[in-house]
Amino acid sequence: MPVEFRKDLFADERDDNLAEIGKPHIRQDILGHVTGRSPYYDDHLFDGLLHLRCVRAPYHHARVRSVDASAAERVPGVVRIIRPSDVPQNLNTLLALLNFGRDDEPLLTPEKTGYRGEPILAVVATSEAAARDAVAQVKVDWEELPHVLDVEEALKPGAPIVNTTYPNNTFDYHDRYDHQKLRFGDTEAAFAQADHIVEGEYQMSPIEQAPIETCGAIASPETNDRFVCYTSTQALFFSVAVSAKQTALPSSRLHFIGGTVGGGFGGKVDSHHEPLAILGAMLTGHPVKYQWDRAEEMQVGAPRSGERWRIKDGVMRDGRIIAREFTGFFDAGAYTRLTSYGVQKCTGHLPGPYTIPNVASNTYCVYTNRTPSTAMRGFGITGVDFSIECQMDRVAEAVGMDPIELRILNAYRDGDMKAHRRTAKNCALIESCQVVAQKSGWALSPDAMAQSSRVGGGAGWRAEIPETVIDHAGQIGERRRNWIDTEPFAGATQRDRIAAGTANEHPATGNAPQRDDMVIEAERLGFKVSDGPPAGAPSYGTRATAPTPPAAPSFTPPQTPTPPVGAPVPYPNAGPSLPPAARGAPAASPPVSAAPPTPPSPTTPSPQPAPTVSTTPPSAPAGSQDQAPRAPRRPGVSRFISGPRGRR
Amino acid sequence: MLDVVTTDTLAEAAQSMGDRTRFLNGGTLVMRAVNYGDQRFDRIVRTREALNDVQTHGDRVQLGAGVTMAQIMASRDLSFLAPAARAVGGPAIRNMATVGGNICAPHPYGDLAVALLALDGQLALADGSTLPLATYLSDRKGLIRSISIQRPSGDAFRFRKVSRVKPKGISVMSMAAHLNRSAGRLSDVRVAYAAMGPDPVRVPAVERALEGASLDATGIQPALAAATEGLTPPDDALASSWYRREVAPVHLRRLLLGEDTR
Amino acid sequence: MKIPVTFTLNGTEAAAFTDPGQNLLDLLRRNLGDLTPKFGCGQGTCGTCTVLIDGEPHLSCLILAEAAQGREIETTAGLANGPDLHPLQTAFMEGFAAQCGYCTPGMLMVAKALLDRNPSPTRDEVIEAISGNLCRCTGYEPIVEAILTAARAPRHATGRTA
Repeated sequence: MPVEFRKDLFADERDDNLAEIGKPHIRQDILGHVTGRSPYYDDHLFDGLLHLRCVRAPYHHARVRSVDASAAERVPGVVRIIRPSDVPQNLNTLLALLNFGRDDEPLLTPEKTGYRGEPILAVVATSEAAARDAVAQVKVDWEELPHVLDVEEALKPGAPIVNTTYPNNTFDYHDRYDHQKLRFGDTEAAFAQADHIVEGEYQMSPIEQAPIETCGAIASPETNDRFVCYTSTQALFFSVAVSAKQTALPSSRLHFIGGTVGGGFGGKVDSHHEPLAILGAMLTGHPVKYQWDRAEEMQVGAPRSGERWRIKDGVMRDGRIIAREFTGFFDAGAYTRLTSYGVQKCTGHLPGPYTIPNVASNTYCVYTNRTPSTAMRGFGITGVDFSIECQMDRVAEAVGMDPIELRILNAYRDGDMKAHRRTAKNCALIESCQVVAQKSGWALSPDAMAQSSRVGGGAGWRAEIPETVIDHAGQIGERRRNWIDTEPFAGATQRDRIAAGTANEHPATGNAPQRDDMVIEAERLGFKVSDGPPAGAPSYGTRATAPTPPAAPSFTPPQTPTPPVGAPVPYPNAGPSLPPAARGAPAASPPVSAAPPTPPSPTTPSPQPAPTVSTTPPSAPAGSQDQAPRAPRRPGVSRFISGPRGRR
Repeated sequence: MLDVVTTDTLAEAAQSMGDRTRFLNGGTLVMRAVNYGDQRFDRIVRTREALNDVQTHGDRVQLGAGVTMAQIMASRDLSFLAPAARAVGGPAIRNMATVGGNICAPHPYGDLAVALLALDGQLALADGSTLPLATYLSDRKGLIRSISIQRPSGDAFRFRKVSRVKPKGISVMSMAAHLNRSAGRLSDVRVAYAAMGPDPVRVPAVERALEGASLDATGIQPALAAATEGLTPPDDALASSWYRREVAPVHLRRLLLGEDTR
Repeated sequence: MKIPVTFTLNGTEAAAFTDPGQNLLDLLRRNLGDLTPKFGCGQGTCGTCTVLIDGEPHLSCLILAEAAQGREIETTAGLANGPDLHPLQTAFMEGFAAQCGYCTPGMLMVAKALLDRNPSPTRDEVIEAISGNLCRCTGYEPIVEAILTAARAPRHATGRTA
């Protein structure tokens, strides 16, 4: 089917010299596919290859009272049992690489499992069959615990604690709230003025990526004091970094070779196979393969989060949506992985491609005893977009308007201010609607057909950041102590108003790295990290004066000891590893939180010293007590992704 | 470690069977269990004796336990059975899956077995004994050598597989019926279901209701009312017991009246 | 205890020693170094392990290796004629009938079996032939089109060289 190019649309905005687009090309890898020679990770032969399989929790939520692997060790062909205590850095979270979140997930779980299929032990044997037989011989004394499988049930005060690193069953956002807020304008006031209120609830199940190639990795000792690792990963740098951390090997001793991925769709980013395979190779001195079978891929492999959304719209008679309020729940399963980021990604996307002058959202990253979820095909966005578009149809029905015309009416246009305080540009929803309507024979009014993304936006209120009402409800720990509503503004005893024209401050660039050796060296990155606000930070209208520190979080992070100068940094084997001071949001994600709050009222607990919104370079994290001086730099050894300080 | 015994004859294979032994025919079920490290057996027995012949004796056809689904579909003598064979797996599976294997398959499999039940299947075992298929299904003891079934006249035989995924998918239920019509009345009625209980079964309540009835919407009403009488449909990942009960009469009607034969 | 097994692989005699319970897929890949059939499920649902035995598609992950004794086995490694691609391979390449490529060897084998038996299949026959092979990337259309294109190609057409 030939591709139709609508070059008439936005013709003056681009260079139309399409030298490659639209012309058929042979994929550079398809010759390998049709000859069967594309090198997937398993297409490498090793003599003496050993096979690794895991003992897994059969319950949604359970405590491991004891493990007896003696019978398993006697199964012919078994070479080595790998226990949680064998893992140098057992706890990890994927986004520790971006300094976002606490290490919460063991590679092999010693005490309490949070989902069905969670691995507690690994067996390495000379054949996969022997490994399976040995796994069946491991005797585990399980204590089944009450479990919770629903996101809203998990938020209730009496719910089982799924993840001990986040005992409120929610990810801690900005060390302050148990959810991610977005506030723009005053939805309460706008609802009072609206002609219609349209509400809907929407739900998506977790979705398994189900690639035809299952996840896996093969690791083997190489002759140059390195370990080579072939992996199915979509994210080679995630994998090498996670592996270096969890095996406590410097990344210079890891030789990672990514191959053709046999379908990923987001399901091959969690980097769980490589550390175990490498550990197996370290402990046995042999090549070790860790491959999921199809049952594991379906049950244990991380799906897209299930989501639940409630949307409330305030709509005028003529179809204009003047207020939109979201309450969203992402089901992270038992561990964080990427869901914390999915929530933020989502928040930056709201309220969808529509210009709505009053927007509020509360979005939760909730822990339940389900399989931990991860990335999949636009994760963070697809669930809420499904909800938004269903909601738009409902709105159209409520006002008696054609659903496509309703979208054209409310669509964002170039120059419009978006709820997360950036200006919309290169909008094309209107043109997309018009073309689709034409092609499907859906009649639109002349007025709708005459609309353009480049006309009518960016003027008057559309271009401005409105006065915004904020609240402080839903601080970390509040919900578990006294059940409060999850809806935006419900239960907010105190509301503050941020002046119109105030853009939120970009969070501190001086975030304390999670560990002292994970320090970005600007000169090694090849560009200068400026002292001022990062490029691209919004600067609309007047800034607020220097913000006062936020109220103290009710969850006090434990103080980690400062390592003495020159000594190897100790790796905690259990429990969360936190920086000495409270941290801001990750530098990587767009600013989405509300403007800095006004001073807390006398009834709130007196705030602890908190980091100011700092612009100091990252090597001097604001508020930290000591800065560990840097060890001498050795050429060729990366300090960004590294193992123990005292390495050769 | 798994023990594999290969014998020259089926009789010898029968002697090697035991509690923790599986007989390997087409392999579509046993090798799957081997691949997944099923701990319930540690020996596989197979035989070199060919069990894949198809012989017609009068109004009955005899199929060896090793006859594959693909063979059934290709055989002119078995053209009435082809829809049931076609319901099993995909093309490659059908080159491997056998009559004996489908008879011995656990829930939710048994699409062919249900057809054989409705066709008055009579088994010949390795030890020389014979017994009705319905009896065998209650304990599945003994190695099957062959099965003999009635050749249906005209369009007396119907088969219907109900599955979410088409064409290749596990059955929510499957149904087979043998209905002779003389002077507008049904006789020699046999009706069987698979995946509506632990094993494929005949449904006596439906058969009684159809015997002597006319094959039209009114005549089959009593049979539809009795569609799940005496049955306890299972709850499993494919469908709930409630769902199976609800839709069984609908599918039975479509089977009997030849509706919606996709 | 190792069991010897010999068979013809892509026209050449092959021999290996198999472990009891080892499946043919594993034998082909690990013992004989033919990495073209793939592992996807181990339970007969995905089709990536499809090989031809005596010209007919079989799932090698469900075949006991020793049961292959004396048979004629074909894999994707044997499709090309020296440097010249099989018309199916060329059609898949030019028709964008693969993305990640993991289902491709299996698809090619069932397609070859179809065209060898039925040189002018209908669209429905092509769909039936691939109905046991799952693909998560392409949505199947390009694969069906490529097989129909290959069927229309002149016999002994050579494509781009390997």
